Amino acid sequence: MRQALALLSAVLIVGCGAPEVDRAPGPSDDGSAVLASFPSNAPDHFGFGSDASAARVAMWDIDVKPDGEGLPPGSGTVAQGQRVFLTHCVACHGATGTEGPNDRLVGTAAWEQWPNGQTVGNYWPYATTLYDYIRRAMPQLTPGILTSNETYAVVGYILNMNGLVPADAVMDAATLPAVEMPARDRFVLDDREGGPEVR
Amino acid sequence: MSSKGGSPISRRAWLGATTGAVAAGLIKTQADAFKLDAQEVQVAADPTKVPGRLVSELGQRAPREQPRRLARRPGLSSSSGTPLQDLCGTITPSDLHFERHHAGIPTIDSDEHELLVHGMVDRPTVFRMADLKRYPEASRIHFVECSGNGGGAYNPERMRTEMSPQSLDGLLSNSEWTGVMLSTILQEVGVQPGASWVLAEGRDAAMLSRSIPLAKAMDDAMLAYGQNGEAIRPEQGYPLRLALPGWEGNAQVKWLRRLEVSDRPTMTREETSKYTDPLEGGTARQFSFVMDAKSIITFPSYPYVLPEQGWWEIKGLAWTGRGKITSVEVSTDGGRNWTEAELQPPILSKATVRFRHLWNWDGNETIILSRAIDETGYVQPTVQQLWEARGQRTRYHMNNQRAWKIAADGSVTFGLGELI
Repeated sequence: MRQALALLSAVLIVGCGAPEVDRAPGPSDDGSAVLASFPSNAPDHFGFGSDASAARVAMWDIDVKPDGEGLPPGSGTVAQGQRVFLTHCVACHGATGTEGPNDRLVGTAAWEQWPNGQTVGNYWPYATTLYDYIRRAMPQLTPGILTSNETYAVVGYILNMNGLVPADAVMDAATLPAVEMPARDRFVLDDREGGPEVR
Repeated sequence: MSSKGGSPISRRAWLGATTGAVAAGLIKTQADAFKLDAQEVQVAADPTKVPGRLVSELGQRAPREQPRRLARRPGLSSSSGTPLQDLCGTITPSDLHFERHHAGIPTIDSDEHELLVHGMVDRPTVFRMADLKRYPEASRIHFVECSGNGGGAYNPERMRTEMSPQSLDGLLSNSEWTGVMLSTILQEVGVQPGASWVLAEGRDAAMLSRSIPLAKAMDDAMLAYGQNGEAIRPEQGYPLRLALPGWEGNAQVKWLRRLEVSDRPTMTREETSKYTDPLEGGTARQFSFVMDAKSIITFPSYPYVLPEQGWWEIKGLAWTGRGKITSVEVSTDGGRNWTEAELQPPILSKATVRFRHLWNWDGNETIILSRAIDETGYVQPTVQQLWEARGQRTRYHMNNQRAWKIAADGSVTFGLGELI
């Protein structure tokens, strides 16, 4: 997929030569009179805005990538995660992560076995996405309430309920990216490209 | 509207409005139910004999013209649709632009809002709104469509006959967006060699985030702060949103506060667990950004009633994320014969276009359809073609043809089920 993603970028960049920037404000495919041209007397650099210090960036840079980049220090166990789950998650996801009313989290049968549908266990391709998403958006009514340790813990518990880590697992910046997700290799890049073929 | 559509209007009120309208030889839609309020408005018996009201600071719609958004579900709904069947032209009035959010609409003061641009750039920078507005500005007309729009025309278990264009495909709107091109800002911060993706993150309670290929960011992406001549509405991302012409709405991150230039995607929840397309054969399509060509007839459609046979103009909207619509074809006989519709200029890239086809209805029951064709040669497919290509499990990019059944009594219902 990594190779394919590089390819996607390359394909999309055709005619653009990134990171060099064509200063035109619109794409060449448009040719529409609604497009204004970029001012010919614009300087190379305007200098508006203010420098972002490393500390400033660190304050907001919360995303976690599949290789673990962005994961904070800390750790959590499956047992601790169960307590977090029963406190913050059951109302929307059910006691076993299957009852809803919101997204079903647990299920190892292939997603084709509708209506069980897509779960963390059978569909999510990267375990790191759990940390990223829970930290930014969960619990739904009190986002941001969980500590790093609690987040690691509840991620571990959800993975454990899906049979992906053992009951004595400890989740941290090293172990989480190493979790093998069953659907990891089932994702393919969009192959629609216009033209007469329906995809 | 049917009660299933989530409308707050009682069926009794709706039927009352409809019956009266048909008796008067008029055609009526959902908005008419709100017009009942107009009965309470003081109307001069002869406006030529009474001076009218004076000027006002803020205009308002005529009492009889009260289009409304329609929430997808009663109560805690996270989306509402544009009343496509009540509108004309192509620009969506800003207060009727569809809504879709993942954690509510945040309240943000534009004076203190900041955009952080960092990652693989030479100059990590924080921009305030006043900074962004000093850069060369651009305005462009583009549609925004939720890629989850239109499931009622694709998933058999969601298909109903009592669906209006709004309840079926209302997560589509078209606006003039104003802002600074993202390429201008990326030039300003200096993108480093090897960069290929940009993570965009919102300031809502979901901090919704999507990874965008750098090529799109350099092409026609915009940091938009204006919508139809004024500041973007809170529901559409005030004070700043990412506009990605032709791409699915979810990727056009609203309430934008952070852009991180990177050499790989983040694989956020919205680009893995959601907004991906499980296909037959055990694979799932990822990063399916572009909205393929689509069209829908907005008149006649449910819940309109044609009061008599004769000349009627079939009207609708067509759009494609791959450039310009080149033609729209209309069938008035269930798809056996197709005729090219008139397109209303200007035909803009990645914007809706209005099509019209004058039709002399003979009063017999029939099914009408439309299909859009874009500049790549793509023809809006039948639902069977999409099922064949993808299976029936996908929940996004359901751009197959839509159909309306005209009954002999003039009533109109969603008619795709008749063709399956």
